[in-house]
Formats: sequence, C-alpha cells, structure tokens
Amino acid sequence: MSNKVVIRPENKPEGYEGEGYMLTRLDKVVGLARANSLWPLPFATSCCGIEFMATMAANYDLARFGMERMSFSPRQADLLMVMGTISKKMGPILRQVYEQMAEPKWVLSMGACASSGGIFDTYSVLQGIDRIIPVDVYIPGCPPRPEQVLDGILKIQELAKNEGIGYRQSAEYKARLAQYGIE
Amino acid sequence: MHHRTASQNSEKITYLFEEVNTALKTKFGADLLNAQIDYDFPVFEVSKSAVHDVLEFLKNDQAMVFSFLTTMCGSHFPEQGEREFMLMYQLHSLEKNQRIRIKTFMSIKDIEVPTATDLWKGANWMERETFDFYGFRFKGHPNLKRILNMDEMNYHPLRKQYPLEDGSRDDKADNYFGR
Amino acid sequence: MSNQENKIGQAFSTEISEQKDYSILNLGPTHPATHGIFQNVLTMDGEIIVRAESTIGYIHRAFEKLAERRPYNQITPITDRLNYCSSPINNIGWHMTVEKLIGCEIPKRAQYMRVIIMELARIADHIVCDTVIAVDTGALTGFTYLFQWREKIYEIFEEICGARLTTNIGRIGGIERDFSPTAWSRLDSFLKEFPKGLSEFQSLVERNRIFMDRTVNCGPISAEMALQYSFTGPNLRAAGVDYDVRVMNPYSSYQDFEFNIPVGTSGDTYDRFMVRMAEMWESVKIINQAVKNMPDGSFHADVPEFYLPAKEDVYSKMEALIYHFKIVMGETDVPVGEVYHSVEGGNGELGYYLISDGGRNPYRLHMRRPCFIYYQAYTEMIKGSMLSDAILTMSSMNVIAGELDA
Repeated sequence: MSNKVVIRPENKPEGYEGEGYMLTRLDKVVGLARANSLWPLPFATSCCGIEFMATMAANYDLARFGMERMSFSPRQADLLMVMGTISKKMGPILRQVYEQMAEPKWVLSMGACASSGGIFDTYSVLQGIDRIIPVDVYIPGCPPRPEQVLDGILKIQELAKNEGIGYRQSAEYKARLAQYGIE
Repeated sequence: MHHRTASQNSEKITYLFEEVNTALKTKFGADLLNAQIDYDFPVFEVSKSAVHDVLEFLKNDQAMVFSFLTTMCGSHFPEQGEREFMLMYQLHSLEKNQRIRIKTFMSIKDIEVPTATDLWKGANWMERETFDFYGFRFKGHPNLKRILNMDEMNYHPLRKQYPLEDGSRDDKADNYFGR
Repeated sequence: MSNQENKIGQAFSTEISEQKDYSILNLGPTHPATHGIFQNVLTMDGEIIVRAESTIGYIHRAFEKLAERRPYNQITPITDRLNYCSSPINNIGWHMTVEKLIGCEIPKRAQYMRVIIMELARIADHIVCDTVIAVDTGALTGFTYLFQWREKIYEIFEEICGARLTTNIGRIGGIERDFSPTAWSRLDSFLKEFPKGLSEFQSLVERNRIFMDRTVNCGPISAEMALQYSFTGPNLRAAGVDYDVRVMNPYSSYQDFEFNIPVGTSGDTYDRFMVRMAEMWESVKIINQAVKNMPDGSFHADVPEFYLPAKEDVYSKMEALIYHFKIVMGETDVPVGEVYHSVEGGNGELGYYLISDGGRNPYRLHMRRPCFIYYQAYTEMIKGSMLSDAILTMSSMNVIAGELDA
C-alpha cells in the first residue's frame, strides 16, 4: 500500500507540474497567498459591528477564510473593514488609520451608513466613506446579513488574488490615491 | 374619538400635584407661573430666576425627596417671542416613587441659566448636550463646551431655523427626497 | 482625593504634582477594547491613571433632529439604533410612548408578547456585555460559545419581524402579526436549551480565581455617587440600589410576573457582571411565565387611525387601503400634548420625552439615554486604577456607542 497522499487543491493556478515542483507565475502565487491570509482591521463603529461579531462567531465563521487574527493595529492590517456610521468628527481619524496601513491594502465598506450615509442624511454624518478614502467593495444592508458580509469578503479575496504585483506602484493606482489627496 | 385612558394612579398623581403645588406656592409664590397635570406628570412652570432654587428645594425637601434627576432637555418654540426657549427638568423621588417635571421659559436675549451641577453631578453632560443643541449658557458649569457635535461648529443645530441635512452635499438631490 | 491605596495596596495620589513626570496615553476612538468609538485621554503616573478626559460624539447621528422630520411610524427604525444590542426594547418603548400620547389600551395578549420580545432582547444584550467582559480579561471561550444563543434569539426575531439585529419590531398599538408556529417552536427550544449553555458559561467564570482577581474591586462606585450621576440599570443595581423601571412603574403587564431584582453590593466590575448574569436567569423565568400564561385575544389594539393594517388586508380590502394611506401620509389627527414614558432598557431607564403639536411629525423628541448619563462617571471611576482595570471598567459598564451619542 503506498503512503502517497493525494491532495487536490481547488483554484490551483495554471502552470506546469512535475514530481515535487510546480512552475507558475509569481503574481498568481502571491495573489493566492494574499487572498487567503488577509488580516482585517475591524473598524466597527455601530450596529454593523455587532453583525460583524456574529459573522466572526462560530455560526458564520470568518476564520475559514483565513481571517482568524483580527489586527487592531493599522500597521499590521491588510483589510480595513469600515462597519457603521462614520460621522464628520470621525472622518479625520478614519483617514489617519487608512494612511497608517501599509500597501497592499483593501477597504471594505460594510453597511449602508459607511457606503453612503444610510438613513442618516444629517448634518453630522459623512455621506459615505468614499468621500475620504478609496473603497474597494461596498456591502449594502442595514445591517447586512452575515452571508452578505461573507460575499463581500470573497469579492475582496478575488481582488487580492488577481491584483498582480506591480499594481501598487503603478501610475493608475497613484492617480486613484491622488483623487483623495493621499500621497 | 381618542379616549384618554384614565391613569391607574390618577388619585396618587392628583395628591402629589397638590402637595408639590402647595409647597412651591408657599415657598416661591409668584415665581410659580403655571401648574398642571400632563398625562401622568405634574408639570410646574417656574420663572428662570427661581429655577435653581426650586430644584434645590425639591431635592432637599424631607417630605418629597426628589433626589434623582432623570433627565433634562431644551426645546425651541420660535413663534413664542419671550418664551422662545424652554428648559425642562424631570425629577424622580426613588423613595416615594413619584415623578414631576419642572419647566422654565426664556427668550433668546437672556438664555443664561444657573447650572444644576452643584445639585447633581449627572447634570454635567446633560447640560453640555443642551448647550450643544440649543445654546443655553449654564452659569457655573465646570466645562461648558460642545459634547456631541464637532468643536468647530458655529451654530446650535437643533434650533428650528437650521435644516437637518448638510447643505453642501451634492450626491442627494433634494427633489428626489421630497424636500 | 490625594493619598489612597489602590486595588493591590499601592499608595498613589490623584493630585497632579509639578515634580512628577506624567505620560499621556490616548485611549483613542479606535481601540479594540473600547467596543465603540469614544476617546479617553489618560494622564498616567506609570501604570496608575491620575486623570482622564473623555470625548464622545464620534458617532453623533442627530437622532433628535432627525425625529422632528419623520412621522411616528418612521421613527421606530431610528430608535432601533440607540442600543442596538437590544433594539426591540427601544422600539417597544417608543411605541408605548406614542400609545400613551394617543391614549390607547393594548390587549393583554399583545402585552405578553411584547414582554417575551423585550426579555429576549435583554438576554441578547447581557450576553454581549458579559462575554465581552470575559474577553477583556482574556477568557475568549465564553464569547465563542454564548454567541450561538444570540443566533438562536436572532432566529426568533427573524420569524417574528424579519430582521435580526435592528428589528423595527411591533406597531403603534401592538405587534404586526401573531407569533407563528415556527416562532413558538423556536422559542420553546431556546427556553429548553439556553439554561444549559448559560450555566456552562457561568460555571466557567463565576468562581474562577483569575476572573475574580481581575474584576473584584475593579472600578467600584458607591450607591450615593451612582445616584448623584443618575445611574440606572444594572450599573446602579450593582451598586446596591434596587431601582428597576419594570417594578417601579410597571408597563406592559410586568406586574403580572414574578421576578427578582438582582442587586450587588460594591458596584465593582464583578458585581456588574454578576447582576447581568442573574438578570439573564430572571429574564428566562419571565419568558417561561409569559409563555405558560399567554392569554388569548388580539395582538393589537383597535386603533385603526394609528395601527398599520395587515398587508393582506391592504392589498384586498378598501378600508384597510384607505387607512394605510392615511397613516403613511399623515392624515390622522394626533393629539397635542407632552408625554414621557420610560422602559427598562438593557442599560437602564430608557425614556422618551415627546412633544406633539398635532402634526405628522413630533415637535420635539428627546431620548433619555442611560449610557450617555452614566458614562459621565467613568473618568471618576477609573481615577487611581491601572490601565487594564480601566479597560475592564469600561466594558463592564456596557457602553454602547449608539446610545451614547445618538
């Protein structure tokens, strides 16, 4: 009886395989590694934060997507999840947290309030965080169900997987940041 | 068409109303401007100059013991001229399970009121919030600055003349929202 | 306050002296342990906190101004977002305020159903608070196990009203629909299994040496100070005062139920934790009594001018359609008056002060938010404690940012 273990990975990048080696593109491997090991920064401000806690809990486990470790320090985080209403008082702080994150970084805006101000069309609420930071994925809902949150995170994973290596130094990305006034 | 339900304790409330009314009339006389029962609350309107003394009297009185400040808030009635701004305090006597409301009105010209923080420490933030929303100046407050809005805001947003929305937003067209 | 001894017998002084070198620590708005966004700038002498300055308002959404713009039925979603861990209590409290204004009697069945919903919400709120206190001491197991019961409560809410967290439950005049058989069966299985799960968690931390060392004598507050700061709810009861709105001013038939008010002694973190734990047991007792004694009858009052008719009727009957239109468009006559009604929320006395001028929207709605009022005392409570005790004190006070800033 042979002791060979057959592993059939899903979503294997295309390439040439042989006994004990695989030849593929570097950016595919890097993309795979990035997508499955994102460290999120839960920027939870209000009710969406509680639904995020429910997503993190055992029923809709977030750890199966590689997000076991929440990073509350922006310096060590990859994914900024903004969950909840951002008021104008909080805007500069959100911006500072975003700028403290190292590249590559993605931003997920969870909930109606973070995406567009939600039901709070008032003088004190920022009508969407995309007024101050670039956002990659928006999750609608008030609050979104945990399944929707997982869907949004899977979309972020798709973005991370297909990004490529040189994107963050490219002119296109720098132009995007310049729109928000970020160097 | 709308039948008001008789409050279960309407006798108790009438008795409380009489008790407080008599006590306030005896002690403060002309400063007690109005007294009525609103639903299940005895409501006493006093003049602004006496409001702090009235609160102190009610708090320290041995018979009534209104020693718990439930809440306080302000309100704005722009058409009422001299009675434009209203301040409301709700007191609760935990020992006797009785609640009353004290109100005072003032015009925009003399919107200064003595603070209640020397009676209840909990009035600190309540007064800051009322200042933030309406602009009441509480004389003697240890730290009267805005609490909920941004410090740089230069108007008092809950006054009726100011709109709810931020006028400078450009992504929501008012005519779609019925405004 | 000058020279005192802290929890571990070290002498410290909370007066700022010129000779010492103090460090400033910003327990900023975004912090994993603050469970909400509010800031405390701490002046520290080593590990001891000498002074603290609080800044709140980072999630001020102007509820009181927003309420002046919305008709009575549309204010319910706003009240959801006050203490969002137990939103049904806020919703039902608001509906009761409007019912007091219009003078409407709610049938017994609807009152009992409301009690069941409110007590489930209270259990959900206390699950969050207690597990988070344990997480802040390092005991993450309680959180991972007990959140399963929150999912079960969410499933019950979903069956009743369609939403999990921000429920927008009920109507002015009762509940929108009777509990379906699925809701009853989910409720029954919850009542059967939750006590086992709760006692598991309780046995893990209640007499746990490490947990008690961390939480006993951590951030205490005396009853006099608590009353001065207008504390209500579990924080006040942990300090020794048995003030519970459900008992003092009973609403929605709470006088029919037998339950105790758990009261602590020293008002420290352990007492706050245990008071909430005991309240969860009392809530289970209340729900059991309500289910057993559920009266027959209607689930809503007969106030067609305010109670939105059932959707099946709106689509098939003319009268219901007309009433629906009138209510939504604001053609109904609302009485003029001022009313205040309070309920026992997850954090204390949640009150609504409503001034109505007869129009479609309230003229003024002021919400008495317990979190906002008792959080003032935080800077006093942590004077002289160490940083980790300050974190525990904050999480044991159950400060929900939505209720703090409104």
